Amino acid sequence: MFSKFELSGLLKIALKLLVNDKGKFYTLIIGIMFAVFLIMQMTSSFAGMMQRTSADIINVGAKIWVMDPSVTSARDNIPLPNYVLDAVKSMNGIKYAVPLYNGSGLVKLRSGKYQAVEVIGLDDTTLFGRPNIVKGNINAIYNNDAFIVIKNADYEKLDYPPIGTTFEINDHRGVIVAIAESPIGGLFGTPTFYTTYTRAIATLPTTRFTISYILANPKNDLEITSIKKQVKNLGYKAVTQQEFIDMNTNYYLFKTGMGTNILIMTLISFIVGLSVAGQTFYTFVLENLDKFGALKAIGAKKSDLIQIILFQSAVVGFLGYGFGVFLSSVMIALAKLRLANYASIVTAGNLSFSFFMVLFIIAFSSYIGIRKVLKIEPFDIFRG
Amino acid sequence: MILQAKNLIQWFGTEDNKTYAVRDVSFDVDYGEMLYIIGPSGSGKTTLLSIISGILRPQAGIVISKGQELWKLTDAELTNFRLSTIGFVFQDFHLFPKLTTRENVAIPLILQRREWDECMEKAQKTLEIVELKGKADLPPYKLSIGEQQRVAIARAIIAEPDLLVFDEPTASLDGSTGKKIISFVRENILNDKRAIILVTHDNRIYSSATRILRMEDGKMMGEIDKNSENITDEN
Repeated sequence: MFSKFELSGLLKIALKLLVNDKGKFYTLIIGIMFAVFLIMQMTSSFAGMMQRTSADIINVGAKIWVMDPSVTSARDNIPLPNYVLDAVKSMNGIKYAVPLYNGSGLVKLRSGKYQAVEVIGLDDTTLFGRPNIVKGNINAIYNNDAFIVIKNADYEKLDYPPIGTTFEINDHRGVIVAIAESPIGGLFGTPTFYTTYTRAIATLPTTRFTISYILANPKNDLEITSIKKQVKNLGYKAVTQQEFIDMNTNYYLFKTGMGTNILIMTLISFIVGLSVAGQTFYTFVLENLDKFGALKAIGAKKSDLIQIILFQSAVVGFLGYGFGVFLSSVMIALAKLRLANYASIVTAGNLSFSFFMVLFIIAFSSYIGIRKVLKIEPFDIFRG
Repeated sequence: MILQAKNLIQWFGTEDNKTYAVRDVSFDVDYGEMLYIIGPSGSGKTTLLSIISGILRPQAGIVISKGQELWKLTDAELTNFRLSTIGFVFQDFHLFPKLTTRENVAIPLILQRREWDECMEKAQKTLEIVELKGKADLPPYKLSIGEQQRVAIARAIIAEPDLLVFDEPTASLDGSTGKKIISFVRENILNDKRAIILVTHDNRIYSSATRILRMEDGKMMGEIDKNSENITDEN
C-alpha cells in the first residue's frame, strides 16, 4: 500500500558525507540545537509572562469588557461612573452587564506579617466571573467578611490559610470561606482574593466611582460590533476578551522594556546559532571544495551540487530544531515541577517562530556553501 | 578516431597582456591509443587536457569527439558528455575521505542516477579489476598512495568511458609504484574501444605510451620516439 521511501543515491552520498564527518555534524546540530533552545526559552518565557499579565482577563472570562478609553493594560483600573453600567445594560444587543471591582489591599496575617493581595469584587447577584471552588461553598461568599482565596503558587505567601482563617485586610476583618482555583496565576506574585462587589468597595479605599470594568455578554456574537459602537458613542471603550488580551500584550511589548529585552535576547540567540551553523557549514564545504570541483569535472550538474548542500543543511537544521524544542520543553517542564509560578509556555506561535529562524539559518548556511561550490571551476582542480 | 583537436588557442591575462598557454595546437587520438603529452612545467599540457576534456573553453579552435563538436554543446550537454564519455584521473585523486572506497568509485554512476544497489555492485566489480577487492569498505585515507591511485582509476572507468584523461598520474607516487600502475593501466584498462591521454613529465613511464607528443611554451613540438635514449621532457 505504501511504497518504500528511499533516498536517491545522490542524497545518500550527501548524508554519508555529512554524518561521517562526526565532529562537524555534531557541532552543527549542537549549534542549531542551542540556538533553538535559547530562542524557545526566550519566546516561551515571553509568552508565559504575557499570558500571566492577562490572567484576570482570562480567569474572569467575560465576552465584552467595557472600560475607560484611557485603559491600556489590565492593570489600569480607571473607575467608571455607575450610570455607564445602567447605560450598557439598556443597550441594544446586550444580554446582561455586571460590574467588576479590581483593586489591591494589604493583608495582616496572624504571624504579624503584611502581604499585598489582589481583590476581585464580583457582582453580588450573579457572581459572574467566579472562580472554580475546590473547597467550601460558593454561597458562603455572602457570609459576613467573607473572602475566597485562590490556591496557586502565591497561596503560600498567606501561610496556606485553611477555611475559617481570619485576617485583617485594610483594617477590616476578613475570613476565608472557600478555597478556589483559577486557570492562570498572575505575573506579579500577589495572592488573589474574591469577594462580592459590595464588600470589596466597602473594605478597600476607593475613589468617587467604584466600577473597574463592566462585564457584558451580547445576545449573540453578531451584536458585538454594534455594542462596541454604542459604547463608543457613550464616550467609553468596549473590547472583546481577545482584544483586551492583545491590548495588554501590546502594552508590555511596546510600552515597557520587556518586549525589547526579549527581542534582543532572541536576536542574540539567533545570531549565535546562525554564526555557529554558518561558520561550521562553510568550513565543511571548504574542506570538500576540491572534491566538489572534481565532481563538477566528472559531470555533476549544478543542480546536483545544490541538492547535496541543501539536503545536508536541511538535515542538520531539522535535527537541531527537534533537539532544541525537546530540550527547551524538558527544561520548562522541569522548572515548572520545581517552581509552581514559573511563567513559561510553549505555544504554536513560538514553535513556528523558531522553526522559521531555523529555516533562515539553513538558507543562509546553504547559500554561502552553494555560492562557494558553484564558483569553483573544474579547471582549478586540474591546475591544483 | 575518438578525438580530433584543431588549431586550439588558449591565453590568459588581459587583451593587452596575453600569456599563451596553448598556441595553435592540433592533434588526433585513435581508439586503442595511450597518448602521452609531455613537456616542462608551464608548457600548457594541463590547459590542453582541460580543453580537450570539455572543462575549459578555448579562445579558438575546435575539438571533435565521437562526431560531436565539443565546444558547440551547451553547458548541460557538455556536462552530460563528460559524465558519459570521459573518465578523469586527477593528480591529487580528489577522493572523498568520508566515503568508503566503494562509494567513491560509484560516484559517476550515482551522478547518472543509477540505482544505489546497481552502483555498489558495479563499484565492487570495478575494484576487483584494479585489484582492490578487499579494500571496498575502507575509507581512502586508510589506503596507500598507490592504492588510492587505483581507486581513482576505478572511479574513472566505472562508467565505461571511451576516453580516459590522466593528469600527472605518477606525480605523488614513488618510481616503482608509478611504473607498476601505468603498466597495469596499459595492460588492463586500455583496450580497442577506449583511448587514454596522459599528461606527465615523468620519463620513467614513457615506455608504456603508444605515442608521445611534446609541448613547449604552449606549442606542440611534434611526436617523439619513445624508444630514443635520453628522452626527457626538456627535449
